[in-house]
Amino acid sequence: MVLSRYRPLIEEFEAFLAACERPLPSVVRVNTLKATVDRVREALDSGGYAYESCEWNPELLRLETSRPGNSWPYVHGWIYGQEEVSALPALVLDLKPGDRVFDACAAPGSKTTQLAALMEDTGTLVANDANLGRLSALRSNAERCGVTNCVVTSTDAQTFSLDPFNDEPFDHALVDVPCSCEGTIRKNPTALDEWSLDRVTGIAGVQRGILERAVQMTRAGGTVVYSTCTFAPEENEAVLDHVLETEPCRLVEFDAPLTTRPGVTEWNGEQYDPSVQRAKRIYPHLNDTGGFFCAKLEVDA
Amino acid sequence: MADNVSHRFDRLPPTPADRVVSERPSRQEVLEWWNERFGVDPAVFEDYSFWEKGAGKLWVFAGDVPTPITVEAVGLTALRVRQEHWKPTTDAVQRFGQHATKNVIELSDSEARTFIAGEDQQLAWDGDWGYLIVSRSIAGDTEPLGVGLYLHGELRSQIPKGRRREIDE
Repeated sequence: MVLSRYRPLIEEFEAFLAACERPLPSVVRVNTLKATVDRVREALDSGGYAYESCEWNPELLRLETSRPGNSWPYVHGWIYGQEEVSALPALVLDLKPGDRVFDACAAPGSKTTQLAALMEDTGTLVANDANLGRLSALRSNAERCGVTNCVVTSTDAQTFSLDPFNDEPFDHALVDVPCSCEGTIRKNPTALDEWSLDRVTGIAGVQRGILERAVQMTRAGGTVVYSTCTFAPEENEAVLDHVLETEPCRLVEFDAPLTTRPGVTEWNGEQYDPSVQRAKRIYPHLNDTGGFFCAKLEVDA
Repeated sequence: MADNVSHRFDRLPPTPADRVVSERPSRQEVLEWWNERFGVDPAVFEDYSFWEKGAGKLWVFAGDVPTPITVEAVGLTALRVRQEHWKPTTDAVQRFGQHATKNVIELSDSEARTFIAGEDQQLAWDGDWGYLIVSRSIAGDTEPLGVGLYLHGELRSQIPKGRRREIDE
């Protein structure tokens, strides 16, 4: 079993495995570009929906329906279905209205639309995704949410060019990379069926390339958030360790409003830079969410 | 006059006098159209630019990028021009329609369900014919929902196929 490889990393390993077996509730994020939390709650109340707020973020609501897409608030673009823990990385970027922001792997757009809301739909958000098939979902989700500050591009983020943007660097970048998705097992029980170490190793190469390029395109003093929904240190700490060596950046501490564990400095005989402990691992049993990994980098002046 | 270049986004010229691409509307004409058709104050669009891709598809954008630019999208699709009756998009109406002061038709709950399902319906309306902003009441206020084409006593839903829904509530 794939997950047993993480036994040395996780205390309460049985609780971890048990949590991975449980399905996740349906969560929606309030799109604050179009509605307030109060108005969404009022609309859900009158539609007869049962829900509760996520304790750490009142914009996240756990809904007792598997079809939030067939509700009036959805049709108006007031809510967006988004896994609770995946709302973390956009918040870690500490965006301000007017910023220039790069979203390296944006489709289908849950984090993109959240970034736009945090920017109050001002500044410039460049949302890129290499997968043409997923681009239409990104575009329609951004439009349903009423996002007007977003430019959509479709290139390989590893070789993204700033030429069309007059070489102007970004203030911030979100690097939420394609990964082995182990942490989505609660949402997608077949997530591990295609797992192999070769796949993990291959995808880690892509992740390094995307993170390196994002750091290169971010101005000195700017921030880059790296996130995955996997537990594999090969795709998490090892990628950070590599980029710390190749690019002028460092890992910084950040607060997370969820229970987390520090990044690991040792795995299968490999040693990583001690600062990878500043990254945060989120296991499903800690907050009753999906699994996640999140790190914040600052680009050196 | 130059020809339009498809597959690329060009920022609209400020006024008709600045036009270099034939038939491309200017920003001024777009603001005048929103004002004349729906009573939207031009000040609403003060912080936005308008862009054309292909012949006749306009986008509204709050950010800042060089023109021209070859990308997949620049902001939000806003309206279809270069035709006799300009047509706003569902997304633009949902985003900016609350600033409209005329040619807005508010539907009852059952009429709104018919509309969002993509179906046409017979309705009384004493205002202008043509494209209307369709709204409904939700959470204590009126909220724009989409675009309807009103002709001969009938409101024709313009909700795009992918956005049509049977509401569960």
